[in-house]
Amino acid sequence: MAKRKIRVMVAKPGLDGHDRGARVLARCFRDAGFEVIYTGCHQTPAQIAASAIQEDVDLVGLSCLSGAHRYLFPQVVNLLKEKGADDITVIGGGIIPNQDFQKLYDAGIKAIFVPGTTLDTIVNWVNKNVKPVERK
Amino acid sequence: MERGDKIKAGDVRTASRLIRDIEDSIPEAKATIKHIFPYTGKAQVVGITGSPGAGKSTIVDGLIETSRKKEQTVGVLAVDPTSPFTGGATLGDRIRMQRHSEDIGVFIRSLATRGSLGGLSKAVGDAIHVMDAMGKDVIFVETVGTGQQEVEIIHYAHTVIVVLVPGMGDEIQAIKAGIMEIADIFVINKADRDGAQKLQRELMTMIEMSHIPPGGWKPPVLTIRNSFKPEEFEQDLRTLSAKVREHYDFLISSDLIGDRQKRKRLHELNEAIRFSILEPVLEMLVKTGELDSMVEKLVKKESDPASLAEEIAKKYLQGCF
Repeated sequence: MAKRKIRVMVAKPGLDGHDRGARVLARCFRDAGFEVIYTGCHQTPAQIAASAIQEDVDLVGLSCLSGAHRYLFPQVVNLLKEKGADDITVIGGGIIPNQDFQKLYDAGIKAIFVPGTTLDTIVNWVNKNVKPVERK
Repeated sequence: MERGDKIKAGDVRTASRLIRDIEDSIPEAKATIKHIFPYTGKAQVVGITGSPGAGKSTIVDGLIETSRKKEQTVGVLAVDPTSPFTGGATLGDRIRMQRHSEDIGVFIRSLATRGSLGGLSKAVGDAIHVMDAMGKDVIFVETVGTGQQEVEIIHYAHTVIVVLVPGMGDEIQAIKAGIMEIADIFVINKADRDGAQKLQRELMTMIEMSHIPPGGWKPPVLTIRNSFKPEEFEQDLRTLSAKVREHYDFLISSDLIGDRQKRKRLHELNEAIRFSILEPVLEMLVKTGELDSMVEKLVKKESDPASLAEEIAKKYLQGCF
């Protein structure tokens, strides 16, 4: 039996067209041996949740540089929960002030990575915390 | 069986997980496929192939739109390459199709090739079955960006669209074997660029020169203009969509669909035989350590691959020899 491969989705919710970071991350996940679905900019939370389910990903990485993360990130978590897909891990990144971290954790975002984080840190986090076999 | 019933009811989450299990070679997936197999064979499977950046995903997006306007339900399998170095993959086809992601009549699933060489993934055949059993009317299968030789799509699709763009080479390319032979429909994309008319002439000359039996299908050469001018693009897509339908109707009325079905089933059987016979034997050879010692023998030139293969066949496939 082949080993389960980790599938991740990198998505940019909302009105934010700055996707250099998201692309770098998508590339870095690929180099880490994951299968990465990149959905491009200007996605609604509903589009992201629907795509994550269609693609059966283990992880959704949200990138937001516009300041709307407190509105957009929790919506993705809630929509996944509504569709019975709360076993999909959601993490976030971008320009996110320290004081928002706890609110996002409370809303179900499992980790937050801000500028300056090394790519290795993120990949190691995923390898440690995302276990595709154990999902329901 | 509950899982198969959920697939038949069109449950996306179950279907997507099943496709994952097929990709990951989870043994239980085979049982579900056996269960849903009798419910397959109803969808029209359309293959879209062509070189990287030719516009396959954008054309699939346009075809989804025209199909939905006809109230057909749609499945999409979009294949992108797996890295031979890391095993990772960037699956970026669905970027072009995201306007359909919330439409419950559309199910888009990206697949990585995971080492397959024919332009598709090993899982694609069963993934088509899954979407077919879900009741999708039409299933678009987008291959990886292909070169000349990746023609495996003909084993799965009723209709193959080959997407070309101007400026990719001279007329000799058009008479080469391989991908240029498999088209049921040629599409020249980005047709407002220089060289589109020349390419169209060359293709038409090539088609005139090929031996099409009386009453056979003559592949049309369609053009698609700039996708940034929505009206022109949509108009060209409607023409393409109508041709796709026409080809399917032709297969049915000429009874050629039976031949395609047979070709498809033969390929599936070949794959299943490989899966049921070759893989267990290889697994056994690994487990017993025989594989290692055989490689060792080859390195030392004590034997040769053909003799060793015969030895394996004699030992594990009694009755054949």
